[in-house]
Amino acid sequence: MKSGAAKDVTGASVEAVLTSVVRDEAGRLTAALVRLLGDFALAEDLVQDAVVTALEHWPVDGLPTDPTAWLLATARRRAIDHWRRQRNYEEKLALLVRDGPSPEHADEVDDRLRLIFTCCHPALSREAQLALTLRAVIGLTTREIARGFLMTETAIAQRIVRAKRKIVEAGIPYRVPDPDRLTERLNEVLGVVYLVFNEGYLATVGASPDRRDLADDAEWLARLIMRLLPDQPEAAGLLALIRLHRARWATRFDSRGQVVLLRDQDRALWDREAIARASALVLQALRTARPGPYQVQAAIAACHAEAPSWQQTDWRQILLLYDQLLRFTPTAVVRLNRAIALAEGVGPAEAVVEVNSLEPALSGYHLFHATRGELLRRLGRPQEARLADERALELTTNPGERLLLEERLAGST
Amino acid sequence: MKYMLLLARSDEEWEALSDEQRDYPAIARWFGELAQRGVLMGGAELQPARTATTVVWESGKPLLTDGPFVEAKETIGGFGIVDVPDLDAAIEIAKTWPATGHKVEIRPIVPVD
Repeated sequence: MKSGAAKDVTGASVEAVLTSVVRDEAGRLTAALVRLLGDFALAEDLVQDAVVTALEHWPVDGLPTDPTAWLLATARRRAIDHWRRQRNYEEKLALLVRDGPSPEHADEVDDRLRLIFTCCHPALSREAQLALTLRAVIGLTTREIARGFLMTETAIAQRIVRAKRKIVEAGIPYRVPDPDRLTERLNEVLGVVYLVFNEGYLATVGASPDRRDLADDAEWLARLIMRLLPDQPEAAGLLALIRLHRARWATRFDSRGQVVLLRDQDRALWDREAIARASALVLQALRTARPGPYQVQAAIAACHAEAPSWQQTDWRQILLLYDQLLRFTPTAVVRLNRAIALAEGVGPAEAVVEVNSLEPALSGYHLFHATRGELLRRLGRPQEARLADERALELTTNPGERLLLEERLAGST
Repeated sequence: MKYMLLLARSDEEWEALSDEQRDYPAIARWFGELAQRGVLMGGAELQPARTATTVVWESGKPLLTDGPFVEAKETIGGFGIVDVPDLDAAIEIAKTWPATGHKVEIRPIVPVD
């Protein structure tokens, strides 16, 4: 029993070290190679090959003393294979030696930003942006991305090939957007990172032990972007938001893998220190007086995280924040979330009116029906509540959420 | 890089507009500014799709059909060709297209060496 546990810990830590080394080095190397070679698709392929080779060799041979140099040397060998048939290949090869990218390279910040903005270019589909960012910026292998999204490797590989082809053929530039477009484009980038996070967030613990922890990748990305763009408060807002969610990580599922709602979570298990640090980060961002959707969402999450209980939550403050969020993202989903706060701050009768008004837009969204069911039950309308819960269950695929709805339906007979 | 900006709209809706709504002076200014910047390679408005004649080949023989090669609600009502550094520059230009009720499809032109 004990030795088994120890073995698991060792296994996990080797993997964790590998993950963090690849994350730190692969994106850096890709970014520099794109600049040196002027060929996005080729640079990305060379590094991907090197990463795959590293993941085969490092667990057996141990970590090299200089992982960047190791990856560069491997990428360089691939480049030789690739260029051998070309006339001027020696010139290109010389580029990889003489100007070989080093971590101290002065252009590193720009290189990495260029890479991120190119991968998240709005001319690419969201799916392509996600896959490309994970592969080129973080150095995930196609297999890891496929595991993260529960898709086939072939599908992910195709997506990446198509995206890279579009970058070349459509002339998507490899550069940081102009200052007057930066905020808009950053928003696109942060949207990609938050989607990566959400993919990881609802992954039920234990459902698939080798599933890549995309939430961790998203936090890493958000932190990288914040460091590269320290003047952009939305980057800090997203990092804080992700950290606040993760501070409550342990309580989001019970031991059977059933989703536990915020109101029922055991707040003693929340990571108070992480919450305090993330809340401070939100405040610091908000002090720049350039609010945005991620800062406001983080502020809402901070209100929840700092409340001693569901009942003692500052619902007035949360409602004000939702009103502000609606100015940035006037979507039906935000209004639904606001309605939940409204039910607590004002009353379920007011909230159900608001929820009902979202009917056409959200009729295919399981949480719309689940929320409605909950409110109707509180208003003493059990039959209607049951119908809503049944509809919610029909629309839910996540196993943890299904368990919760099934339990609710079993208790409401 | 060269891009073709395909100016798409519904012929029916476009023809129903008044001259004032179509605002040709604004369209002329748009082309004029691009020409002045030296990025415009060409462009024109097209007659509606109902005026189209299509040549198709059957068993290697050219045959004529009346109408466009594909029937669609939205058709290409005009085009502009621009030569700019990259897609972002083409997008910025497309975003300023002034005519109402349009979509602008940006298509990179295959370079000829």
